[in-house]
Amino acid sequence: MTSLPADDRLLSSANRTVLRKLAVMAVVMFGFGFALVPFYEKICQVAGIRNVFQPDRLVNENTQVDLTRKVSIEFDSNTQRLAWSFKPLENHLEVHPGELTQVVYEIRNNLNRRVIGQAVPSYGPSNAAEHFKKLECFCFQQQTFEAGETRRMPVTFLIDPALPASVNTITLSYTFFEVAGTQATVAAGKGS
Amino acid sequence: MSAVIDSHGTSHGHDDHHDHGAPAGLMRWVTTTNHKDIGSMYLWFSFVMFLVGGVMALTIRAELFQPGLQIVRPEFFNTMTTYHGLIMVFGAIMPAFVGFANYLIPLMIGAPDMAFPRMNNWSFWLLPPAAILLIGSFFAPGGAAGVGWTMYAPLTSQMGPGMDLTIFAVHILGMSSIMGSINIVTTILNMRCPGMTLMKMPMFVWTWLITAYLLIATMPVLAGAVTMTLTDRHFGTSFFNAAGGGDPVLYQHIFWFFGHPEVYIIAIPAFGVVSQVIPAFSRKPLFGYASMVYATSSIAILSFIVWAHHMYTVGMPVAGQLYYMYATMLIAVPTGVKVFNWVATMWKGSLSFETPMLFALGFLFLFTLGGFTGLVLSMTPVDVQLHDTYYVVAHFHYVMVAGALFSAFAGVYYWLPKWTGRMYDETLGKWHFWLSIIFFNVTFFVQHFLGLAGMPRRIPDYHTQFTEFNVISSIGAFGFGLSQLLFLYIVLKALRSGEKAADKQWDGADTLEWTHLPTPMPYHTFENPPTIK
Ligand SMILES: [Cu+2]
Repeated sequence: MTSLPADDRLLSSANRTVLRKLAVMAVVMFGFGFALVPFYEKICQVAGIRNVFQPDRLVNENTQVDLTRKVSIEFDSNTQRLAWSFKPLENHLEVHPGELTQVVYEIRNNLNRRVIGQAVPSYGPSNAAEHFKKLECFCFQQQTFEAGETRRMPVTFLIDPALPASVNTITLSYTFFEVAGTQATVAAGKGS
Repeated sequence: MSAVIDSHGTSHGHDDHHDHGAPAGLMRWVTTTNHKDIGSMYLWFSFVMFLVGGVMALTIRAELFQPGLQIVRPEFFNTMTTYHGLIMVFGAIMPAFVGFANYLIPLMIGAPDMAFPRMNNWSFWLLPPAAILLIGSFFAPGGAAGVGWTMYAPLTSQMGPGMDLTIFAVHILGMSSIMGSINIVTTILNMRCPGMTLMKMPMFVWTWLITAYLLIATMPVLAGAVTMTLTDRHFGTSFFNAAGGGDPVLYQHIFWFFGHPEVYIIAIPAFGVVSQVIPAFSRKPLFGYASMVYATSSIAILSFIVWAHHMYTVGMPVAGQLYYMYATMLIAVPTGVKVFNWVATMWKGSLSFETPMLFALGFLFLFTLGGFTGLVLSMTPVDVQLHDTYYVVAHFHYVMVAGALFSAFAGVYYWLPKWTGRMYDETLGKWHFWLSIIFFNVTFFVQHFLGLAGMPRRIPDYHTQFTEFNVISSIGAFGFGLSQLLFLYIVLKALRSGEKAADKQWDGADTLEWTHLPTPMPYHTFENPPTIK
């Protein structure tokens, strides 16, 4: 293609071919942006960065309870655009690192229809996250609530004794959201 | 370009019988499909946006003249940093270089026009509505979005309707860039005159071929990112909403997958302009033409695999940090090749220092300095300290202003005689250069010290220990801003009363627009392609 094709019609059809190829490239790259979403989930899963929906495995099965230290745990609960009542039975606990602890949440669906919900945990301060080991949690599955249904659900956890000495208080916060309409991203998250 | 140019069949009068001039009136500009008209409109549009973004920059610097809050509310300050960035990047610098591309590529490769003139008209006329949406967002309920030009989640999901207008503006700007790029690639691949092989193309054309591919590959990714933001805001998805199972850090990955190549989308055409100007005023061909082509291509390819160097502080694994650090440093190699080639071009050349050359040299010195601070920031441990400080602000203004903008000035002074048929005032041009480069350094050099001392960016207030450097920086900024009005005056003066320019105003220029076309140029050029041996 070093020279101008003699015939104008030939040129314009050659131009159209390039146009088509480049337009396809643009469309593919638009899709690529969206493909980064599941790709990112996979990478995080492989790297073990963001396993929010999975039970934590204990490195050392018989962890020693560190009786010399107490950590204060605060429980926070929220909903995201969802008319549910969602509360822990206790707002606050003092625990020893290594001590297996259970806290119970009460959840009520105030809507007069069946709702599938998913809870997402988060931690403050953020460097406490990797030391907060959840063995059982309602956040590991999607939860189906019939209209007006109330249920009590536990979270079983222990604090890794390797928790930095500077951390004396940890906030565990849950947010419940409705799964419908968010199936795609939640499914990607749930796959982990 | 070292090709021997054959002048037969392309004497100056040859195009004249086709030259019916431009239709008159406002509709000429609305309906034009002429690459020169569209190039001019791009350049004027970008200058207007440059002034708008400049006023925002001066609002920022006025507020930062003293510690405490004097002039604007913090929320408004946030919108200023946001729209200053968006307007300068998408409204000023990018359209300026697209303007150069439209005007010059057909002339440099001996083509009569762009491949798709009607689409070219569309590419331009999408820009004003986008600009209106951007500026209009200031009048939306809740005001414009103070989220930073990077539009990070979760801030974007907390903004008012101004955010939606901005998202639509980004969509339209992206569409315009993609259409423009498709046009440029097609023109370069299909419409070169006989004998103009790829490796004989002027460097400016090469840089735009590479840039256009970058644009087609990355603008859709940005469009995807802001589309996800939009659906998160209004349609209940949770791509970036942590409370809905998404992840705000994912936004940063998608954004910077676009954002880092974007840096080169701005820088590479600037390299192209400088690669035309320096040889012309050294009266020597560009040193290492082929290595320039390969270096530019490798910069473009590498730019796709380094994006997370903007995100060292998000908590990525050490292996990731190391990879992004080394990959980023690797880019210094082809960039270094380019800098050495420009210097070698000047070596033993018969140099002269007219305004375009001065701006090109200003580019060479200050872009290299900005490249070095980039290398400093590429080191993870250093970046963790300097992340989001004024050191970063200083770094990217060295590459964006002293790099891209100075290169655009060099280009305007260099081609203005050809475009308008009239010379600019050389004395005033030199004044413009010296005022710009001095005030630029007054503004931004001290920001390195502010950043090293820990002053965070995007904050309207600061600790009193930072006062002196901020005073200096603000004075510099106002000096720099006012100097740009001199530029407008110089261009208008040249248009109105400039001396008649020669066909080949610069004796060292060797591209087709100088060697094969009269000054001023007829409305239609190269309807019969020249032949190059
Ligand atoms: Cu980058």
